[in-house]
Amino acid sequence: MFKLRRFLKDYKKECIIGPLCKLFEAILELFVPLVMARIIDVGIKNRDAVYVWKMGGLLVLLAVLGWSSAMFTQYFASKASQGAGTKIRRELFLHINSLSHAELDALGTPSLITRITNDTNTVQQSIAMMIRLLTRAPFIIIGSLVMAMTISPRLSLIFFGAAVLIALTLYLVTSKSVPIFTKMQKKLDNIGLIARENLSGSRVIRAFSKQKAETARVDEATGELAEITLRVSRLSALLSPVTYAVTDIAIILIVWYGAVNVNIGEMQTGDIVALVSYMTQILLAMIVVANLVTLLNRTAASAKRINEVFETEPSVVEGSTETIAVDLSAPKIAFEHVCFNYSDDGDDELSDLSFSVKRGSTVGIIGSTGSGKTTLINLIPRFYDATAGCVRVDGRDVRDYSFAQLRGQIGMVPQQSILFSGSIRDNLRWQNKDAADSELIRALKTAQAWEFVSKLPRGLDSRVEQGGRNFSGGQRQRLCIARALVKLPEILILDDSFSALDLATDAALRRALKETTEGLTVLIVTQRSTTVRGADRILVLNDGTSAGYGTHDELMESCEVYREIVASQEG
Amino acid sequence: MKDSSVKKVLHQLRPYRLLLIAAVLCALVSVSLTLLVPVLVGRAIDHIIGKGEVGFGDVARILGYIGAAVAGVTICQWLMTYLVNSISCKTVRDLRRQVFRKLNTVPLSTIDTHGHGDLISRVINDVDAVGDGLTQFFLQLLSGVITIIGTLVFMLLTDWRIALAVFFLTPLSLFVAGFIGKLSARRFREQQILQGEISSFVEEYVGNQRLVKAFAYEQRSYEAFDRFNTTLLDVGFKAQYAGALANPTTRLVNAIVYAAVGIIGALTVLSGSLTVGGLSCFLTYANQYTKPFNEVTGVLTQLQTGIAAASRVFEVLELEDETPDRADAPSPARRGEVSIRDVSFSYTPDKPLIRHFSLEVPAGTRVAIVGPTGCGKTTLINLLMRFYDVDSGAVLVDGTDIRLMKRDDLRSRCGMVLQDSWLFCGTIMENLRYGNENATDEQVIAAAKAAYAHSFIRRMPKGYDSPVSEGGGNLSQGQKQLLCIARAMLTDPEIMILDEATSSIDTLTEIRVQKAFARMMKGRTGFVVAHRLSTIRESDVILVMRDGNIVEQGSHRELLRKKGFYEELYRSQFATQETARA
Repeated sequence: MFKLRRFLKDYKKECIIGPLCKLFEAILELFVPLVMARIIDVGIKNRDAVYVWKMGGLLVLLAVLGWSSAMFTQYFASKASQGAGTKIRRELFLHINSLSHAELDALGTPSLITRITNDTNTVQQSIAMMIRLLTRAPFIIIGSLVMAMTISPRLSLIFFGAAVLIALTLYLVTSKSVPIFTKMQKKLDNIGLIARENLSGSRVIRAFSKQKAETARVDEATGELAEITLRVSRLSALLSPVTYAVTDIAIILIVWYGAVNVNIGEMQTGDIVALVSYMTQILLAMIVVANLVTLLNRTAASAKRINEVFETEPSVVEGSTETIAVDLSAPKIAFEHVCFNYSDDGDDELSDLSFSVKRGSTVGIIGSTGSGKTTLINLIPRFYDATAGCVRVDGRDVRDYSFAQLRGQIGMVPQQSILFSGSIRDNLRWQNKDAADSELIRALKTAQAWEFVSKLPRGLDSRVEQGGRNFSGGQRQRLCIARALVKLPEILILDDSFSALDLATDAALRRALKETTEGLTVLIVTQRSTTVRGADRILVLNDGTSAGYGTHDELMESCEVYREIVASQEG
Repeated sequence: MKDSSVKKVLHQLRPYRLLLIAAVLCALVSVSLTLLVPVLVGRAIDHIIGKGEVGFGDVARILGYIGAAVAGVTICQWLMTYLVNSISCKTVRDLRRQVFRKLNTVPLSTIDTHGHGDLISRVINDVDAVGDGLTQFFLQLLSGVITIIGTLVFMLLTDWRIALAVFFLTPLSLFVAGFIGKLSARRFREQQILQGEISSFVEEYVGNQRLVKAFAYEQRSYEAFDRFNTTLLDVGFKAQYAGALANPTTRLVNAIVYAAVGIIGALTVLSGSLTVGGLSCFLTYANQYTKPFNEVTGVLTQLQTGIAAASRVFEVLELEDETPDRADAPSPARRGEVSIRDVSFSYTPDKPLIRHFSLEVPAGTRVAIVGPTGCGKTTLINLLMRFYDVDSGAVLVDGTDIRLMKRDDLRSRCGMVLQDSWLFCGTIMENLRYGNENATDEQVIAAAKAAYAHSFIRRMPKGYDSPVSEGGGNLSQGQKQLLCIARAMLTDPEIMILDEATSSIDTLTEIRVQKAFARMMKGRTGFVVAHRLSTIRESDVILVMRDGNIVEQGSHRELLRKKGFYEELYRSQFATQETARA
């Protein structure tokens, strides 16, 4: 948790003055019972109304002073916590941007999202809480104890006893209930899961007439949650009554022993009143401390998760920050004995794969799921690095390039057609933010998307919702293809990008690509044999190795795997 | 609207009214005893006047009373908290069950048109908010109000002048809290909106990091993020500071009330009409009396959230149910005949989809539905399974209008394998048995073998007991479909409905799926949303759909001869193969 303190560096002033102001307020607060005791013991005893007024005025003064220093604390707390939170978010986002695919896979995107939002918010909140409370509560507790000791050292023993008992109760109840809360959260997650399944599977559930069974499942899950909630509430319901009992028993003891002391003249009546109110203050402060401890626990967990991100180093780093010279006589892309696996203990995803792609040619990559097609193309823009062997673009090892030079020349259409919220124009301008409309329209036409885009009431300005969900699968796919074409890439990688298109559009698109993209090197990953048939060469992948590389006719002659694929789809 | 939500929540509480009465009684006892304690402490102090002037007998007696009161408070308070918690968590349970029951009885159109995320959030978050609201209402608000009234009564009984002073000063605290509340509420709303925006931005850009990298978009995404982030700093600071004003300010008001009570009280003691003990008691009250006000203002916002959440939950509960099955529903002999007579249908009235469509499908016929992407092929499945009702005309299964049949009866005649294969979290075995719980292990394995799923299931670490993760994430698309086929086979329906996967199945599995399809169709009436030529060619009737209309129907050969849209579609397949060769 303390590793995150560097984010507070710019807020040193706030972090010191804030708690100091709070401390000042707490000191003032401790004076209040003393002043009240003076009113009773001096003012009333001596029947001195002026003294009462004076002391009363002092009380108001204390209140106003306390208030103003509290306002300062709140100001500094808000400033430091929001500032630090903003900084953490910013650096997290930057750091995530620098991570490569392997690390993103390991951390998991949903978890990264929670870390940058919820976890950062938790840390932010607790910074404010700590500035506000960390000094005050312990100070009030210690201060009250000290004040009690100055009034009567013997009676303060009661305070110590009560404080220990209250602390014990708080500790026992919270430590016992935390694991149950975790279980509760799990049960609640389970209900969420059932809800998701019931919604996404509504057709199947009805088709099999399983409504009753689903209802029984829900009844069980909700029943379990209710039961565990009750269990935890039986426990947590103890907290307030028990602390109340301890405090009041302490008060009874104070009054009794106070009475004894007053009787022998060692104490005054007002002292008892003061002691009683110190006791109440201790109780309140203890509860604050208990809340703080749970908050700190949660913060520590959040901070750990945030630090985990910061401590993750990108495994793929730029080979150079400058543009390097390339060999234009070399093949555009070459794989030389490339091996790859995602984890050390797993089997190789790709093993000893060698092939080269001529500049301006179209290569189809075909194979069953799990044969390593996507893995192969991920190595070209260096989403991952080959474990052995080498991938070359324009004769140079991809690891020598800067990201900008390497990725800048690649147009990528991933398997999942994802668009971003904004307008169609925003989405198309991803690789080239200054692209003119004419360039966008050219790309849309090639991608067979202009037909429907031009029919939209707002054309290029039409709104795209998150993920592009307001477009059909086929439309999304075509927009993604257009997006990759805007900057006129040198290499176009289509990863199973025609899956949502009907055969006619598929054919038209490939024809258009061929016509409009002179000199473009195209890699088409697909499962459809018709899609790759027209390619200059076809790479047949089987279990991470090349089962054949050649034209359709050559492969039909020589490659068993290829023949099988064609037969299964066109039979 | 708000009131009716409250009323509905109260209605939900009816089964627990005895518990509720007990809780309220406990609250009354515990609050009045709590209020009594300071009075007793004050009395005790009155017997401690000074050196040698202590009435130990009286003090002891009063302390005894205090002890008894404390015991009472402790027990009642625990009981009250426990009762309230149990009432609210049972209500939460009841509400969730009702919402789930509702989800299974509303028409599918309702589920299709509502955002699933929104519905889930109602089941989880909103119901929780209702529960929290209930707990807070009974624990804080109820005991708070009782405390305020009780304190007032006690104070009035002790000394009406000081009581009045307190009475008139405290609204100040409420007023201040209310003012700050309003001030900060707007800023908090702004902050929440902005946080929501940041969350969805992060979800989009961190969630799709691969694209960001592929397009070297890092710098631009960071710039956009930083704009949000900087605005959030400003808005967040203002919101937090405005919100943070409430606590010190109400405390200031309380401190002033305390001081006022001190001064007036002391002066009253001087005038002789109040004892020191009485003053001590008043001081405690001054502290206690203002506290519930702060709590109450805090709770009110939570209560409002609860009420808003309740109205969202009840919105779901009040969704219209499907028309109930008829009690005298006929159940014709199972043959597998389907006839569609002059059916018109549309999802939205302004976009007519299927118009005056008729088709006779004798038992054992295979019907293929083809057409370009998004032409509404799945609509026919929706109508046949009665997920949606036709607007006019009728669908007859085995000679009976499906609207007359019991839904379960109709659906038990139909097996269905959809493109996005739905499996639930459970073991493979449980998933296969989904349609037929009484199937023996042998039957399940036989079905799995018939669906070519047996071999990959066997290879999984725990075989048939291997868990399926949410959405079947640990299985490939093709494997999921094989499981769905096996699942459908176990129910042995007369009519099979298939939605072929467009692609993305590996070759070997693809062949298996095809074979399994073929085996399953044998001797059954079949409807296939087809993407593969082989499937289409082997069908008896082909329905060609375009823009939601059935434009052509007939056998493969008839349709080719027609030289219409089907021929065009078919040629485009060959055209692709020809250009591919060129």
